[in-house]
Amino acid sequence: MTKLTRRQFAAGTVAGAALLAGSGPFNIVRAQGAKLRIGSIHPRSGYQAQLGLACQRGIDIAPRVLKQLGMGADIEIMSADTESNVDVARSRAEKLINDGANVLIGAFDSGQSAAIAQVAEQKGVPYIINVAAAPQITEQGYKFVFRNFPTAPMLVGDGLNLMKGVFEKSGITPKTAVFMHVNDTFGQSMAGAIKAMAPRFNLPFQIVETIAYDPQAKDLSVEIAKAKATGAEMLMPVTRLNDAILMVREMVKQRWEPKIVMSPGAPGFYEGQFYKTLGKFSNGMITNVPWYNPRSQLTQKLLDEFTKTYKNEMFELNVGFSFEAVMVAADAFNRAKSTDGKALADAIRQTRIENHVMAGGTLQFNEKGQNVNIKSVTLQNLDQRPKVVLPLDIAEDNLLLPLPSWSKR
Amino acid sequence: MPAELIANVALQGILTGLVYGLMALGLSVIFGVVRVVNFAHGEMMTIASYAAIVAFGAWNIDPLVAMVPIAVILFALGYVMQAVLINPFVNRPEHSQFILLAAVAIIMVNALLMVFGPDARSVLVDYSLDSVEIGPLLVDKVRVITAVLALAIAAGLFAFFRLTRTGRAIRACADNYLGALVVGLNVRRLYALTFGIGSACVGAAGAMMVLLIDTTPSIGPAFTLQAFVIVIVGGLGSMPGALLGGILIGLSEAMSGLFFAPSAKSMFAVALLILVLLFRPQGLLGRKA
Repeated sequence: MTKLTRRQFAAGTVAGAALLAGSGPFNIVRAQGAKLRIGSIHPRSGYQAQLGLACQRGIDIAPRVLKQLGMGADIEIMSADTESNVDVARSRAEKLINDGANVLIGAFDSGQSAAIAQVAEQKGVPYIINVAAAPQITEQGYKFVFRNFPTAPMLVGDGLNLMKGVFEKSGITPKTAVFMHVNDTFGQSMAGAIKAMAPRFNLPFQIVETIAYDPQAKDLSVEIAKAKATGAEMLMPVTRLNDAILMVREMVKQRWEPKIVMSPGAPGFYEGQFYKTLGKFSNGMITNVPWYNPRSQLTQKLLDEFTKTYKNEMFELNVGFSFEAVMVAADAFNRAKSTDGKALADAIRQTRIENHVMAGGTLQFNEKGQNVNIKSVTLQNLDQRPKVVLPLDIAEDNLLLPLPSWSKR
Repeated sequence: MPAELIANVALQGILTGLVYGLMALGLSVIFGVVRVVNFAHGEMMTIASYAAIVAFGAWNIDPLVAMVPIAVILFALGYVMQAVLINPFVNRPEHSQFILLAAVAIIMVNALLMVFGPDARSVLVDYSLDSVEIGPLLVDKVRVITAVLALAIAAGLFAFFRLTRTGRAIRACADNYLGALVVGLNVRRLYALTFGIGSACVGAAGAMMVLLIDTTPSIGPAFTLQAFVIVIVGGLGSMPGALLGGILIGLSEAMSGLFFAPSAKSMFAVALLILVLLFRPQGLLGRKA
């Protein structure tokens, strides 16, 4: 047997590697020889746990779906729990980076996301925000922070525009409204945006009362009693999940039946747990919110895989935006061919993805790292699930207004 | 502001406060006798809430019925905790007791997280969303039922401590530890019994609470803090004080939510605590040390 020399072995290895590299489909660019470590950081315990877990499901399923679509990369997901706490979020972000994360994705909550953004910027590690709306996060001049989610003013702008569409379509125009909002970073951002933008939209109703409540409230009976006493025709809530459940439950108990309940853009009404807990009383609520495009092929593929993997969970916007965040990271990694923070950040800045999951235009970031092409839709809870009712070109069902009384739902 | 709105909110606050009072009663009873502050109090209540959720989910047992076996289970848990874990710490410094019970609380929260996950859970019975009309007032039926039950349980507990030999023996231990030993009372057993009774109270409160609010494993520390605020306002060790403290906190939360900012409800409860600590440090119905 001929003995293989060291030079022959090296030449053979190089030739073999070149052959393998050359045999792959040349329309897919892959980063060679490296693994992208994505630090997924979300509230997986504490009062935001359900929503953080929904985001995590979108992250966990992404590498497999991307691979099936030929958009994959060698990805390792490293997960951390913020415990629904800003300080914990900051320290977990540091730990993820110290443990080798090349990109961070998170964190559902604006306060926690702002804390993580500071850490990511200091360490020079790209951070892709999947869900968080406080506008200031992308107003700091950060070079490593990107957000694929609307800011509060974008949410409110879309939300208020869609409200007019709802009034027009239903023929019901309320003259008075109560604005109830959760008193955290997100809720305050939304309240600020509504206060600043409402006059510009020439809304047909007057906000007769604004009620802010504790994000960890265990009971909203006083708040609903106060709102009911105003006699307002519309309730405009900005909620999280648990408080949305408390709110509706208390409305039923206190027999408060405003003509319309419409959120200008907030979680709560479209979450799986909302339907599980409230059953038929979940019906009728309207939310103007960024949502997945049910007509997109990628959405359908993701939806199929999600349903197979998580049989009892609901596919909603947290899943969609989290999946897209991984898609952005994988796409940038494939183009940058490096795990270096600056190279990845530069590649993310050049992102242009036409075929994606969420409704809106091309997935790309402006000079501030913000995707400004995301569009909201009007969802209404019908048959105990969220259905797109506006815009009409992607509508799944007809708008149901006026709302039937609680006893007839 | 309409008078009926104020009356409605005040009544809701008092009814919720009575259930808070029952929760705090357990803490007060334990401290009044054993002189150990149960820092795992809220977590024990959360265990009771989850037991009620399991009983409803698996066997469709109404939490108000499940409350009885759950109180018995919590009694056993409290008895064993005191007999095995806390008795050796009774004469140790307070910081040792604190660390012990804080550790127990952390174990309980994490065990609940492992078993049930972080999702909020609730029980929706037929009457969960019913209301009762009393003149111009519209009162939550569940709150009325739970408040009446809380009062009944508290009355039963008062009767037990006043009228039974065991109850009097427990009070003797609380009044004079050395004297109780001298007359031959089994103080350690009576301590365990007291811890069991306090835990049974919190078990009953936890089972009722699932009808009022959603439960998550992480809700325990908030309840522990709330129970503390209530017993300090009412008077540590005073049973009527715990009920009064519960009513005052429930009422102050409701009224501050109505007249000021709802998000500042807890702030007013804590402000009430500070006022009591400044002007009546022993609590409203507490005795001076």
